[in-house]
Amino acid sequence: MRITTETFDENARGALLNRPLQAALRHATHKFVDNRRYAITELDDWEDRRQRSNAIKRETIEHLDRYLEEFTTNVEKAGGVVHWAIDSAEACRIVVDLIQSKGEKLVVKSKSMATEEINLNHALEAAGITPVETDLGEWIIQLAHETPSHIIAPAIHKSRADVARLFTDVLGIEYTDDIPKLTAVARERLRERFATAGVGVSGVNFGVAETGTICIVENEGNARMSTSLPRIHIAVMGIEKVIPKFTDLALFLSLLPRSATGQKLSSYTSFLTGTKRTAEAEGPDEYHLVMLDNGRTKILADPIQRSSLFCIRCGACLNACPVYQRVGGHAYGWVYSGPIGALLTPQFIGMDRGKQLPYASSLCGACKDVCPVKINIPELLLDLRSKIGGESGSLNGKRPRLAEQLSKKAFAFIMARPGAYNLAAKLGRILQLTIAKNGKIADVPIAPLSNWTKNRDFPTLAPQSFRERWKREQENSGKE
Amino acid sequence: MPDSTTNQSDHGTKTVSLFVTCLVDQFFPNVGEATVQVLKRASCEVTFDNRQTCCGQPAFNTGYREEARVLAKRFIEIFEPAEYIVAPSGSCTAMVRNFYPELFTDEPEWHERAKSVGAKTFELAEFLTKVLGIETTGALYNGKVTYHDACHLLRELRQRNEPRRLINSVEGVELVEAENCDTCCGFGGTFSVKYPEISGAMLNDKIKGIEQTGAEIVVADDCSCLMQIAGGLSRQGIKIRTMHLAELLAQNPNNRLRK
Repeated sequence: MRITTETFDENARGALLNRPLQAALRHATHKFVDNRRYAITELDDWEDRRQRSNAIKRETIEHLDRYLEEFTTNVEKAGGVVHWAIDSAEACRIVVDLIQSKGEKLVVKSKSMATEEINLNHALEAAGITPVETDLGEWIIQLAHETPSHIIAPAIHKSRADVARLFTDVLGIEYTDDIPKLTAVARERLRERFATAGVGVSGVNFGVAETGTICIVENEGNARMSTSLPRIHIAVMGIEKVIPKFTDLALFLSLLPRSATGQKLSSYTSFLTGTKRTAEAEGPDEYHLVMLDNGRTKILADPIQRSSLFCIRCGACLNACPVYQRVGGHAYGWVYSGPIGALLTPQFIGMDRGKQLPYASSLCGACKDVCPVKINIPELLLDLRSKIGGESGSLNGKRPRLAEQLSKKAFAFIMARPGAYNLAAKLGRILQLTIAKNGKIADVPIAPLSNWTKNRDFPTLAPQSFRERWKREQENSGKE
Repeated sequence: MPDSTTNQSDHGTKTVSLFVTCLVDQFFPNVGEATVQVLKRASCEVTFDNRQTCCGQPAFNTGYREEARVLAKRFIEIFEPAEYIVAPSGSCTAMVRNFYPELFTDEPEWHERAKSVGAKTFELAEFLTKVLGIETTGALYNGKVTYHDACHLLRELRQRNEPRRLINSVEGVELVEAENCDTCCGFGGTFSVKYPEISGAMLNDKIKGIEQTGAEIVVADDCSCLMQIAGGLSRQGIKIRTMHLAELLAQNPNNRLRK
């Protein structure tokens, strides 16, 4: 996929002017927010659960090597084959080689952000293998040659009419925007694929170290079909997805569906441990697990950023974020969008490419409040800002823009010296005479304040500052 | 060290060192004066150290931690001797209390000093309700108001009900809640000028929510939010006024504040 994170500001501006997108985003995110809010009131210990899940994730991430070893040992004991991929190129090569070595050409895929991250479909197609997305939202965007714009609702940016038009154009069916009818079309087309594909590729929501079990949650049944009908199952899993004990699943499964869609449980929750044991009729003959690093160990090494690895990919932060609600996922330019994306994307694709994202936030903290594993996203955004702009100096040897350097130094100089502060205040009052009208300023001709006055008025400096008035009052009362 | 967690009504004279904030100092001095009035009416003695400038939040939020550290150290040195430090701003208070310690993770002595100063730094509504234990300032204001939850006050300082209780204690006030009262106004410091279109879009929704309440006035406890909201209302020619919480709490029939 083409990365456009460098032009986030342009992407965002375009998104804001796109009325159908605005309507689709508003409708979907508000629905998710409302549903989530209702779902968590059903539990009387929501905050306690968040605290516990944060503790378990912290324990796991801080001893990741140990839990990964336990996990993969148990996967192998149960008949799985474990592969380790340092980056997306290696991960794709492993998957392609596997499929080619088995002589298979058709792959059914269930929704997996990790496979989007490594651009797996592109690699498969380049090798003459046909991947078919089976999650309805993913299938829709595959037909549209687009990328997902939300962590759990990949086609959130598409309205019903968009989908209807797409199906007519690409599938040649008679136009209908009746949702049951559209879904039936998808079901019919995909059924045949499930039955004939030799390989199923999935992601992993949780990997249990204790038993080597992987847990997949979904609402459509396509993941279950993809992982049980084809004779070969390949699962791609980010190394941070491991949790210690099977019983931990009870806690995490109470948090994930509620946070994501407001469901108590998703329609299908599958626990897959290894391959067929003796006389089972269902299940693949071969099960391969690709453990994906792709930059995660680098994040792990950072004592502050490592908590972003707690993420269970629920998407709640996206839905709650006033920025995401208005610009949507594509504006972020890569796979991970919204608040968690603002943390992960720069660290995965490079800080110089992703450096806008940590700043594209008002730090309101709505994300922090809804994160089921209590990642303090604003704190991590501030940390990234300090790495991008601040004392760690420049990125890749490039010095920060001169204008920003000067204004930063000027700000610090003035604010550290009352004399300079008072002088600047006096100067400001003189300068504003040229642009103030009726007690406000409608146009500041210099950047960056000119950006303010694009769509807002700016207040004038008060004729007398508080400290001047205080001083005068003290003097007057002194005289009495 | 005074016990800042007591909720008892304590009418012994407390001395408050006013942390007026650079924004209020230069742009909204009425808010500073209202804050002083409210504190005096609550039997506090108020002092003002004119060496103060800025808490350093703009530098910190932009990622300039070295510069923020310099200003934080200055703040700590100036305000350390105070009994209480009160600011008419949730974001500035959060900077001092929640974020100063982060600036000094590598300097244990300053870390301790930062924590000590933070422990006695309060936002105004917090100070009135939690430290002084008062639920009313005896204000009178006839009008329909709506309240905007400033993000730092709400999510960093966890003050949701306290400002509302104080507003409801104002005689004559009718408080109507906007459906999106706790949604960000779009200021976010430099975010407001780095991403003006997104900031503006968030502001428009905030304004729509305010308009839907039918209130004449929107009240908040942070001048940065009020600046953003007022800027939008003014540009769109909407006749709703903005008022800082301190200004509302200082209103009384005998001594109406100049607006």
